[in-house]
Amino acid sequence: MLEFMEGSHAVAEIVKRCRPQVIAAYPITPQTHIVEDLAQMVANCELDAEYITVESEFSALSACLGASAAGSRVYSATTSQGLALMFEVCFNVAGMRQPIVMTIANRSLGAPLSIWNDQQDSISLRDSGWLQYYAEDNQETVDLHMIAYKVCEDHDILLPAFVCFDGFILSHTYEPVALPTQEEVDAYLPAFNPYQRLDAASPLSMGMYATPDYYMEFRYEIDRAMQRSKQAFIKAGREFGRDYSALVEGYRLEDADTALVAMGSICGTAKDAIDEMRDAGKKVGLLNIRMFRPFPAPEIADALKGVSTVAVLDKNISLGSGGAVGTEVKAALSGSNQAVYDYIIALGGRDVRKRDIAAVVDLAEKGKGDLFYGLRTEVL
Amino acid sequence: MTAAELIAFAAFEGGVYSQAFPAFGVERRGAPVQAFVRFSDEKIRLRSQVYEPDYIIVQDPTLIGDVDVFKGMTAGGIAIVNTEKPDFDARVPEGVKVYAVDATTIALEELGVPITNTTLMGAFAAATGEIKLESLEHALRSRFSGSMADKNVRAAERAYNLVGGAL
Repeated sequence: MLEFMEGSHAVAEIVKRCRPQVIAAYPITPQTHIVEDLAQMVANCELDAEYITVESEFSALSACLGASAAGSRVYSATTSQGLALMFEVCFNVAGMRQPIVMTIANRSLGAPLSIWNDQQDSISLRDSGWLQYYAEDNQETVDLHMIAYKVCEDHDILLPAFVCFDGFILSHTYEPVALPTQEEVDAYLPAFNPYQRLDAASPLSMGMYATPDYYMEFRYEIDRAMQRSKQAFIKAGREFGRDYSALVEGYRLEDADTALVAMGSICGTAKDAIDEMRDAGKKVGLLNIRMFRPFPAPEIADALKGVSTVAVLDKNISLGSGGAVGTEVKAALSGSNQAVYDYIIALGGRDVRKRDIAAVVDLAEKGKGDLFYGLRTEVL
Repeated sequence: MTAAELIAFAAFEGGVYSQAFPAFGVERRGAPVQAFVRFSDEKIRLRSQVYEPDYIIVQDPTLIGDVDVFKGMTAGGIAIVNTEKPDFDARVPEGVKVYAVDATTIALEELGVPITNTTLMGAFAAATGEIKLESLEHALRSRFSGSMADKNVRAAERAYNLVGGAL
């Protein structure tokens, strides 16, 4: 049944139904509504969890790491500078193979201070060993939380995950969402069964010390688990009511000459723009990348094999190199004769309209790309 | 933002897809803010702000001199303006129908506070026909409880009947 609610509230509701036993988070715009709602649910005894108030994001994720190592299902949420402050702990969580799920309400990073949306925050943690899923709308945001817990806690995976949804654009938008019932979530996501946990009766240590004889093997194992998580996602997606059986979602790609590639809420606007371009006779489609880590390179190459031109929309910039998604899409398509262009777009919350999507397609078809789209040259 | 949320919620209750969101970042009581609503028979995918509104609601008439509140409107559009002076001076685009409603007075009389969201919602429902009165009442009774719900429903109905009578 569809209910009308704010994106952040929908996240809090699905997290409650996933029954985390420990929550530690520090409020930061635009994530705040999620953790406010969860704190209230715990205070009202609607959610039987330990809500740990902390003095910083570093402490929040450290508390989560300890709680997860002790055998609890754990949840946190953050964004932007808050995620930046968690940088060190993020690597430790993945290195200790703790299946923590954390919502990222995507936001730009300072300086200059900007509270608005882009995807620089989670993208900047791409090498940390966390799975990264991106939602197009609030329904996907809800669904991906359930899938994330299922994939992360799989004993063949044991990795943490970011569920990313665009800050403000999704987090502060009210729209219809179908929330599963508690019984449905319980049936999909059984109680947490830790692979191993800190236990005084049976002591063990985690994350201790690896000499050069062992460190590479630890990293290799994480990378292998990342790769295995693709199959786990497909399996978890198939068990789901809606279709998440693919790592990437094609939209009107079948006979397309030009394909846009994007992640997150911009895909919705792109789909509407594509419908208009199709009505005008242009053969354009979209590839929505739901998963940035692991990067589904073969799946992307396969989905795009019929198109001649590819335009990647990047709401991030690896300064001095290019957009992170564009760089990896180019690598995925290397050896093909397809023209692949990258467009840095919508940084720091700049609004994207259908006509902007159409303009990017025009640029790509004229062979103009690898640029910042929509720069205000008069202020440079 | 509350008015946008309530209008979108009432429209959703009336059986269509709807979406409501603020112009992000400057939400402070007293500061000029914008919020946007879309209705559709199909799922709404578009995420951009609204640049060419079919309808606008102006909650604070003192903005009219400073901001082009009618920007992007075209013939056939409908504007609902909260004002006690129906002859306000504004450049209204040709073909846009303006309903001047003294929502502040209605809100003060019905609610005791100059919060005009629910009153303007009633005016919007009557002027545009996008929301049925019963969906509006249902939305208000979901959002408010007890006497607050009754008061807000009365405020909305007064504006609904006022604008409805002028149609």
